[in-house]
Amino acid sequence: MLRYSLKRLLQGLVTVFFIATATFFAMHSVPGDPLASDKALTERIRANLEAKYGLDQPLTTQYGIFLGNLLQGDFGISYTQENRRVNDIIREHFPVSATLGILAIAFAGLGGVLWGALTALYRNRLPDVLIMLAVILGISVPSFVFAALGQLLLVQINGVLGFSVLPVAGWGTVAHMLVPSLVLGLGTMAYLTRLMRSSMLEIVGSDFVRTAKSKGLPARRIFTHHQLRNAILPVVTVLGPAIAAITTGGFVVEMVFAIPGLGRYFVQAVQQLDYTVIMGTTVFYGAFLVFMVIVVDLLYGWIDPRVRLE
Amino acid sequence: MTGAPDRGGEAAFNRSAARQLGLFGLAILVGLAALMWGLNLLASLTATAGGAPPAVDAANNAITVMLTEEPPQLDSTRSTDQVSGIVLGHVMEGLLRYDDRGELAPGMAEQWRIDEGGATFQLRADARWSDGQPVTAHDFVFAWRLGLDPENASEYAFILYPIKNAEAINRGELAVTELGARAIDERTLAVEFERPIAFFDKLTAFSTYLPVREDFYRATEGRYGADADQLLYNGPFALSSWVHGQSLRLDRNPHYWDQARIRLDRINVGYITSDPNTRLNLFKDEKIVMANLAAENLTNALEQRWHIQRHMDGSIFYLDFNHREERLTRNLNLRKAMILAQDPGELVYKVTKTPGYLPGESLFPRFLEGERGKFRDEHPAPTYQLDVQAARAHLEAARRELGLEAFPPLVLLAGDNPVSNIQTEYFQAVFKKNLGLDIKIDRQIFKQRLAKMTAGDFDLVLAGWGPDYNDPLTFGDLYASWNLNNRGRYASPEYDRQVRIAQGAMDAPTRMAAFAEMQRIIHEDVVIIPNYERGVAYVTHPRVKGIVRRVVGADTDYTYAWIE
Repeated sequence: MLRYSLKRLLQGLVTVFFIATATFFAMHSVPGDPLASDKALTERIRANLEAKYGLDQPLTTQYGIFLGNLLQGDFGISYTQENRRVNDIIREHFPVSATLGILAIAFAGLGGVLWGALTALYRNRLPDVLIMLAVILGISVPSFVFAALGQLLLVQINGVLGFSVLPVAGWGTVAHMLVPSLVLGLGTMAYLTRLMRSSMLEIVGSDFVRTAKSKGLPARRIFTHHQLRNAILPVVTVLGPAIAAITTGGFVVEMVFAIPGLGRYFVQAVQQLDYTVIMGTTVFYGAFLVFMVIVVDLLYGWIDPRVRLE
Repeated sequence: MTGAPDRGGEAAFNRSAARQLGLFGLAILVGLAALMWGLNLLASLTATAGGAPPAVDAANNAITVMLTEEPPQLDSTRSTDQVSGIVLGHVMEGLLRYDDRGELAPGMAEQWRIDEGGATFQLRADARWSDGQPVTAHDFVFAWRLGLDPENASEYAFILYPIKNAEAINRGELAVTELGARAIDERTLAVEFERPIAFFDKLTAFSTYLPVREDFYRATEGRYGADADQLLYNGPFALSSWVHGQSLRLDRNPHYWDQARIRLDRINVGYITSDPNTRLNLFKDEKIVMANLAAENLTNALEQRWHIQRHMDGSIFYLDFNHREERLTRNLNLRKAMILAQDPGELVYKVTKTPGYLPGESLFPRFLEGERGKFRDEHPAPTYQLDVQAARAHLEAARRELGLEAFPPLVLLAGDNPVSNIQTEYFQAVFKKNLGLDIKIDRQIFKQRLAKMTAGDFDLVLAGWGPDYNDPLTFGDLYASWNLNNRGRYASPEYDRQVRIAQGAMDAPTRMAAFAEMQRIIHEDVVIIPNYERGVAYVTHPRVKGIVRRVVGADTDYTYAWIE
């Protein structure tokens, strides 16, 4: 188990290294000038800025410097916010995205399992039909639509009641994150519901469930220990990438609900060609994704004893 | 569903399972509640506790507003953008400032004298920093040297160039100590000019001219302006907290000299987002006191029966031609054909239909001051009227002059946003319909568009310009042959001559005549095709009065606001 974990971590490091390298060279080959602004720069000011960010060096040297700093965990200073370090940006804004993400994942994971199991139990009956209809909506409607609709709904409710039931936007309390995290987790919840449903249906007809029934186990025990536990496995598998996707993919939701998360910086950095922030956030998110996948794989071995991690 | 006996068993099983699932659901709810409690704690660590207060908080004499982005740079010597300008306008004050009617007023300086060779500013005795220490002439000298120091790489260094030796210092040819600005004593600042300048008083209200205190600056070790406690304030308000990306709190600065004009005790910036719909929703929910309206929200605002106001922000937008040697657009007849084939009125009222916009007529927008009244009233802009026949005649002349069989497609460089997308499509359509010209649209992200503009990689480009100070020169010198922002490389000795007159002369009549000449040359030489002057439609909270919108300086300015 320990050897396996170490091996996976090592592989993860190599993956992150390749992500960093690919992003670095892709970013530098994107057309556009990171230093350009509305007002033209004089030669001298431009040269000073280039020297400050090391852009006057050949690309390979820049890459070497970048790797050296990466080893020390230093991503440099932002281009757009010249007196903020990229490390500070990640440190200050990732917890916000993570907080929102945890709640979104909780909604998505628990909701997905619950609705999925429910639809399987009531297959082809009214609850199943209704939930699956909602699932289709959840999967096909993009999150920015839900975000805008959710916010509009809040404004209407607050307007009718004459006081703020839930804040329309902003950050600071759990009330601020309820609607955004629900919106953020909706797509994943719908996806997990479908997954859980098909997985449940497969298991209901399996031999070990029939065996369990025939040896007279109580229905409750069969349901929890044999059906749910087995059906949940595929859900756990996709949870790792889903966690990464939710904590990194909150750009639109963070924008609409004015939440100071890292997703906003991530996307804006690309639009602004903010080289250091692009590298910092990409490497950070890459490492995070790789780490979550490893964690889920380890978790898998714990949930399903048939899986031996070697 | 196999046989009848089985079905009964299965139904019972399902009932039992459903009950079990219900129990799970309950457990999940309890778990979620616990999780939320935990997250609430976590969120309070990453934010100002409890979130933002309502739009109007009469008990604390406070209002709440929003910003479209996190202020990128509060170091005044390096700040270039509008959002940082809003914050700096509330927490800092220059030698002079603009008052609630947009007129120049005394700031840190109580008296000043400006002549051809230089200026002297007398600082007020009660001018203080937020730590209680006096604001001295040294603080201005230090800030200006910093702004020009090549090491500091300030993008707005050029705005200090009227001061003697400034440009040479910025080029690295002279030491910063050679700057023609000296502290005679603690309260007297003497400035020597590089050449006579008629509007130096207006420049001193600009953010690059704001003071910076040396000992404090050095103590921040490169993080000056990065956080609320990394900045020293001398304006009506001071930042008491700044949670990046989320909120800023501006509290009344007790050391500010002119307490009488400040009526609010606190301004909360409660939200930071560029989403216009969020802005509208926050306003509707009475969370912010002012909201700019996007085009798509105008009908919604009308339905609410809000009192909608308009503010012309002083920016102009136009089609810039590439006047470089090898370009077809260097041909005057071609440019004439194009300007005659389109109509800015149609563009603004029928195509973009954005609230608040006015059709463009000149390089000089309507707000600029002339001799006594507005420059544009004293010198009306000559314009072209849509005339397809004349346009075609000019195009034919251009074709013959250029020795072409037919015109190849022209490249129109543009940004990638909804307004410019509509604009490019309009030009593509009218030039095709009226002239038979093919326009190839080259849509680029912001930074790449700028890179291509600088490289001259276009025939036409959708461009815009906003004022740095309230003098026609901020637009006029744009087409001087030496100006780096003249991206189409237009060059005319006569135009350059007029710019030099406007730069050097001290009396208004001579200067305004020069600007009128520039306006005429731009028109006759068809240097640009004016599109529109930008305006914004906005709504304010009925209980908050005295909100000031500005063309130059902090827009929006809440320092004069009060709660009714």
